[in-house]
Amino acid sequence: MSAGTRKIDVIVTDVVPVNELVKRFHFQRTDGQLLPTFSGGAHVVVEMRDDDRTRLNPYSLMSSPLDTRDYTISVRRDDTGRGGSLFMHQRVNPGMRMVISSPVNLFSLDLRARKHLMIAGGIGITPFMAQTSQLAGDAGNFELHYTCRTETLATYADVLKGRYGRRIHLYRDDQGERLPLEQLLASQPLGTHLYICGPAGMIEWVRRTAAEAGWPDDTVHFEHFAAPQPGKPFDVTLAISGKQIRVSEQQSLLEAIEAAGIDPPYLCRGGVCGQCETKVISYDGNFLHNDHWLSEEEHQSGRKIMPCVSRFEGKSLVLER
Amino acid sequence: MGINFRKETFRDDFSFRNSPEQIRRFPFPFHEDSYMYAVNIEPHTPGPKNTVFEHLIDVDEHYISEMEDRALVLAEDPLRCQSLPHMTLAGWDLLELLMTQKAESYPEHFSLTRDGDNWHWINRPLGIDDRFTFGDVSTLPYGPMAYITRQSQGDFCVLDQRDGNLWMDAGIVTTQADWSLDFDIGMNFFEWHAPVPLAHDMGIFNRALKFLTNIQQGQPARRFNWTMTINPRLDTSPENYHKWGVDRTTVTPENVGQKVHLRVELQTFWRLPRSNALVFPIRCYLIKMDELVTSPKWARRFHRVLRDLPNELAEYKGLTRYRQTVVEWLSQYDDGAPTSSGFGPD
Amino acid sequence: MTAKTILSRPVYGTLSPQPGRNHLFVADAEGAAAILDMAKATPEGFFADAHIMFVPDDTGTNYVEAVKSLQPARFYQGPTIAAALPRLRQTLATAHMGLRIYLAGSEGLIGQAMQAAMEAGFDPSSIQTEHRGSLARRVQCVHCKGITENVTTQPVTCSHCGLLLLVRDHYSRRLAAFQGVCINAEDPTESPQAEEIFR
Repeated sequence: MSAGTRKIDVIVTDVVPVNELVKRFHFQRTDGQLLPTFSGGAHVVVEMRDDDRTRLNPYSLMSSPLDTRDYTISVRRDDTGRGGSLFMHQRVNPGMRMVISSPVNLFSLDLRARKHLMIAGGIGITPFMAQTSQLAGDAGNFELHYTCRTETLATYADVLKGRYGRRIHLYRDDQGERLPLEQLLASQPLGTHLYICGPAGMIEWVRRTAAEAGWPDDTVHFEHFAAPQPGKPFDVTLAISGKQIRVSEQQSLLEAIEAAGIDPPYLCRGGVCGQCETKVISYDGNFLHNDHWLSEEEHQSGRKIMPCVSRFEGKSLVLER
Repeated sequence: MGINFRKETFRDDFSFRNSPEQIRRFPFPFHEDSYMYAVNIEPHTPGPKNTVFEHLIDVDEHYISEMEDRALVLAEDPLRCQSLPHMTLAGWDLLELLMTQKAESYPEHFSLTRDGDNWHWINRPLGIDDRFTFGDVSTLPYGPMAYITRQSQGDFCVLDQRDGNLWMDAGIVTTQADWSLDFDIGMNFFEWHAPVPLAHDMGIFNRALKFLTNIQQGQPARRFNWTMTINPRLDTSPENYHKWGVDRTTVTPENVGQKVHLRVELQTFWRLPRSNALVFPIRCYLIKMDELVTSPKWARRFHRVLRDLPNELAEYKGLTRYRQTVVEWLSQYDDGAPTSSGFGPD
Repeated sequence: MTAKTILSRPVYGTLSPQPGRNHLFVADAEGAAAILDMAKATPEGFFADAHIMFVPDDTGTNYVEAVKSLQPARFYQGPTIAAALPRLRQTLATAHMGLRIYLAGSEGLIGQAMQAAMEAGFDPSSIQTEHRGSLARRVQCVHCKGITENVTTQPVTCSHCGLLLLVRDHYSRRLAAFQGVCINAEDPTESPQAEEIFR
């Protein structure tokens, strides 16, 4: 009963620079068949084979779920991250063969909603590209509010405005424009659902404001993949397989476990789906938990870790793997 | 080679029976000589030829007659097929799944031609030849779920996934083992299973839900369930319980072989792509005791399972009134010899 | 208090003030006492944004003045639940997100008001409920689909088709009713004595 998804062999058919920070990548199947149908909000995990190491990063699908000839993702360059986005920006070119996972949706629309209110920050716009296409195809009622630093970094704002006109609202930081959140939340009809995707701080702010305004938890949906953070190298003992591994500075614990030939299940690699949850047998040191899956209590207990995004500092760590 | 469809009934004169070939492919659900709940879920992958797993969606010799029985049930009681408003997209997903699977597995009986959203569906056994626009409900005579499940054996529950739970928000249920879609529609996974004894305390449903919510596209799973039915009646609904309940008092040592049926449900679980919903087809297979005992292993084993079944389970499955009679009848086929492990006949 | 039986059986809590912009209370009979108890702990001015709909029934008339003295923005008194429901539906149809719903009183009142809230797009998990007073049940006959109101006995005769029904604990929020199944289907000569148990 191990989880995980099927792999799909794809070819990069196009790489389009969108602005100074974002590039868009188009994939088609190498066998020429259609890609699997997906639902708006789904992501794929892209395998990046960078010489001797493999990184697997999740990216939201932004193409229309109604057209599965190709999949598109957009990647924002992060010059201080672990190098996944730099790999995509610098090493991936049209014609290159890659492997992606089948789509998985952990940020699904609630189709009961009378209205879908979407709030995007920066590159958090990508899942909404697919969700708005899906809703527009079925006469769905939605409204998108999009915050960005500058007009040029308002990735796809022009595309969205062209498609949906007044349903798209743009707020540019450098123009002093601010999302009137409280007013917006107060004026929505009963049965509205709220969706948030963007930086962690924005998600926190919107969730808190919505809770204070009386929005029930079940109406507030958010997607925040925690990107694995680089950190100090650390050593781990894998008790079941009897292996000693070292997690390097730019590697996640999950990647290091995989590099040792062990394949824990995963879906999101971003600390939200819970699949790679791993039991801690013993430890001497401190956990650096970065996931959104385990409870605060579980984080404190020292009994579990999510190896996709969390790290460790200290003398010894023994895991049940 | 096509399927030899039987002409038979599941009510009134109950002319249903299995051909010898169909008996050999019967999905006997007991892998050992006793039965207790377990999260017995496994990947639903194609199995050997001449088993019900040969194709992921099985069509067998009872197809046409089962569809006729379904039409009769729906004409009497339209509440057996319901879909809450947000489930239409999942209905299209289900239509796509069933049409593509059937056309791929049984090209001599079904064909699907797609040109963008313009679809052409031919179902030869039922004499259907329809062109429609995928996604446009006005181009079909019924909603998409109703349309395709009127052409598919088994009950279908379509489950919306939200808040880490599954919600029974659409379905067609005409061959059920005594539960009411009209009553249970809109319930979550724990609520619709609430009447099941023992399993909640065993944590069965928590583990099952965790597994089911993580089922991914293209990786369906399956499990078995079973009960017993007096007469080969498909529609053992609570709605009509006051009409068929009395059947349970009619079992005598003389008629066990013909009247008493083991009823096996093959439940499969599929992620639907556009709606992110889960569909849960429940396919029902019936076998008469006379047919079952043609396999000595099945006869021995079923005798032992039924004899040793905990009383709560027997009560829940509605077997109490006739269990003893059936156990005694089956005992003549059980010489106490050991049975081999696994499901198949020896 | 109602004993916990099976997982589809609703579990009621104790009303407590929720963050929100508007507050809608629907109560019958002794349910008013739940609102009054909650009011002891509400912040200043809480009821200034509240709308209270109250059906006193036979046993709640002496709560009316106390409820009015909470000075809600709107107060409505109705003769029966059925009479209050159209008003409730209209209130919900024009409401905005930020509305919180509090239901108190009989299971029939809680169930039917929740049904209206669900139809308006409200998820049941976000509704505050408190059971007070009668344990009488609404029962759907699984055979004829008719709903029998104020059922206090086990078994009960369906008020629509006349079958003798076993009242189960299995509960449907969508129907706001418990399930009733023919008790003597297997042997129609059996006729168990009705006992008053939902009081």
